[in-house]
Amino acid sequence: MLNNPKWITYLLIFIVLLFIPRILSMHDLMLFEYGITFAIVGMGFNLLLGYTGLLSFGHGAYFAAGAYTVAMIAKYLPQAYSLELLIPAALFFSMLLSLIFGFVCVRHTKIFFSILALSLSMLLFSLLFKLYHITGGSDGLRVPLPTILGISFKGIRRPEFLLGTYYYVLLGMFTVSFLVMKGIVSSPFGKALQAIRDNEVRAELIGIRVRRYRLYAFVISGMFVGLGGALWTFVNGHVTADLSHWVFSGEIVYMTLLGGFGIFEGPIIGAFLFTFLKLYAMGHTEYWMFVIGATLIILVLLLPDGIAGAFSTLWSKIRKKSY
Amino acid sequence: MWMIYTLNGFYFAALLFLISLGLNIILGVMGILNLAHGSLYAIGAFIAAWIIINLGTKVPSIFLYLSLLSGLIGVGIVGYFMEKSLIRFMYKRALEYQLLLTFGALMLLEDVIKMVWGGEAYYASAPFLLLGSVNMGRHVYPAYFLLVMFIAVIGGLLIWLFMAKTKLGIMLRAISLDREMATGLGLDIDRLSTFAFVLGAGLAGLAGALVVPTTPALLGFGHEPLILGFIVVVVGGLGSLKGALVGSLLVGFTRSFGIAVFPEIELPLLFLIAGIILVVKPQGLFGR
Repeated sequence: MLNNPKWITYLLIFIVLLFIPRILSMHDLMLFEYGITFAIVGMGFNLLLGYTGLLSFGHGAYFAAGAYTVAMIAKYLPQAYSLELLIPAALFFSMLLSLIFGFVCVRHTKIFFSILALSLSMLLFSLLFKLYHITGGSDGLRVPLPTILGISFKGIRRPEFLLGTYYYVLLGMFTVSFLVMKGIVSSPFGKALQAIRDNEVRAELIGIRVRRYRLYAFVISGMFVGLGGALWTFVNGHVTADLSHWVFSGEIVYMTLLGGFGIFEGPIIGAFLFTFLKLYAMGHTEYWMFVIGATLIILVLLLPDGIAGAFSTLWSKIRKKSY
Repeated sequence: MWMIYTLNGFYFAALLFLISLGLNIILGVMGILNLAHGSLYAIGAFIAAWIIINLGTKVPSIFLYLSLLSGLIGVGIVGYFMEKSLIRFMYKRALEYQLLLTFGALMLLEDVIKMVWGGEAYYASAPFLLLGSVNMGRHVYPAYFLLVMFIAVIGGLLIWLFMAKTKLGIMLRAISLDREMATGLGLDIDRLSTFAFVLGAGLAGLAGALVVPTTPALLGFGHEPLILGFIVVVVGGLGSLKGALVGSLLVGFTRSFGIAVFPEIELPLLFLIAGIILVVKPQGLFGR
């Protein structure tokens, strides 16, 4: 593994990431933590988009599933409110939801799949929105700090929590997710998904059970997104029904495309870029949606492979020239 | 009371029909799902509201009703420029890019609305109030709602006649059936696509203009109609005009009776029914 230059780069980046809390300012670190959670989301989303060839416009639903698992446990089951229980619970509920929704969605492909995924996420949105005495509706729910391995963070302010312990929790979760996802896409299962993406009929003829594999990909993807959602809640401190709205799902698609869905690392880069771009736009103009929308249109028209894709094409061109 | 709910069902269906008809024409002819359709609807509402407010009450009331058509024309023009500058480049691109481009257009248009009309609500209830209400046995019903239904029926009939009988309509249907073949037969795909997009956008604008006398135009005005339009399109079948009609009626009635009987879960109920139909008949009721 270590004789591969790629893995050495990963290792170097990981070492840099260990020291991030000392490098970045308080404000930037918080943004960076948002970026990490979205990087997990982007990886999960890309298993479906980049590797299976299915574009879901409703992955906000699984993000919301993870986030609301945390918020609901905080409200209704406070004695179980510790991180080591919350994460499995969030994974379980996002798995359950993506299993149910995925069962309906994977019967279709292409545009039909996208609209269905979108409509189902709006179903969850309308439930979260209408049942406000349980879910808080558009006001949402507040998320307190969890206990981690029995250590309570009562009396500690959120910024301090985020600056210290929680950053390393996030980094650990991200590293595990990264390794697991890397394992999935290079496993025979991952190769089968790519075969389905490239040619459905051929994949079916060599004996791959297409619909079932798509469902597996959907569920795994939903679980990663749910994990991202659960981790995100502690950074944000608040959940609202909007997480399941399709516009939020659109942002997930956007960050994946921004980085480039043809490359494994693309969505991760996209997640960080998007987080900083959105905040920068929101901080500088009232019309931040205009900026984000215009950037997206330019991206689609000029850089269809995303930022990472453009760099990798550039890189291979330079290497070709030097030979 | 049930009569009122039935009429409301028809009213919701009429509006949804105009919206989903536009979505379906664009989807059928160009193969693009227009996520910005709700924003076009909102622009129609704002244009009409702005004109009605500026006309005031001094002009003859016929002008107020004619100004509702400004949604159709104004948004048609917006659609023309949108197709020429953005959608045009998307016909041969993959689905992801088509959806993302219209998503980008949605965000852009939302803020354009904010730039042009500001963040405030536009009340333009004059056309609604002037018509008063109709006596129906024991109940009264706003006459304006009946007018909207009438316009939707006329609009639907015109579109149907256009698609079935005129040469232009037949050409559009040919493109939606087989784009390559239609090109091979020498149809001017570029211009026909522009036309289809303008028509679809105009219908969304018309729907927005028709709604604005009953509810004030606000930011985010187009979000819910877009989602309902999607449900209609999915339930009715992609690109099918008959599907748009039946789907609108189904969604309109579910909504009207849902609000009456289970006000809390009216929307979830709608999704549930749509979900059941799709599990039983995955391509939608009239899908190919």
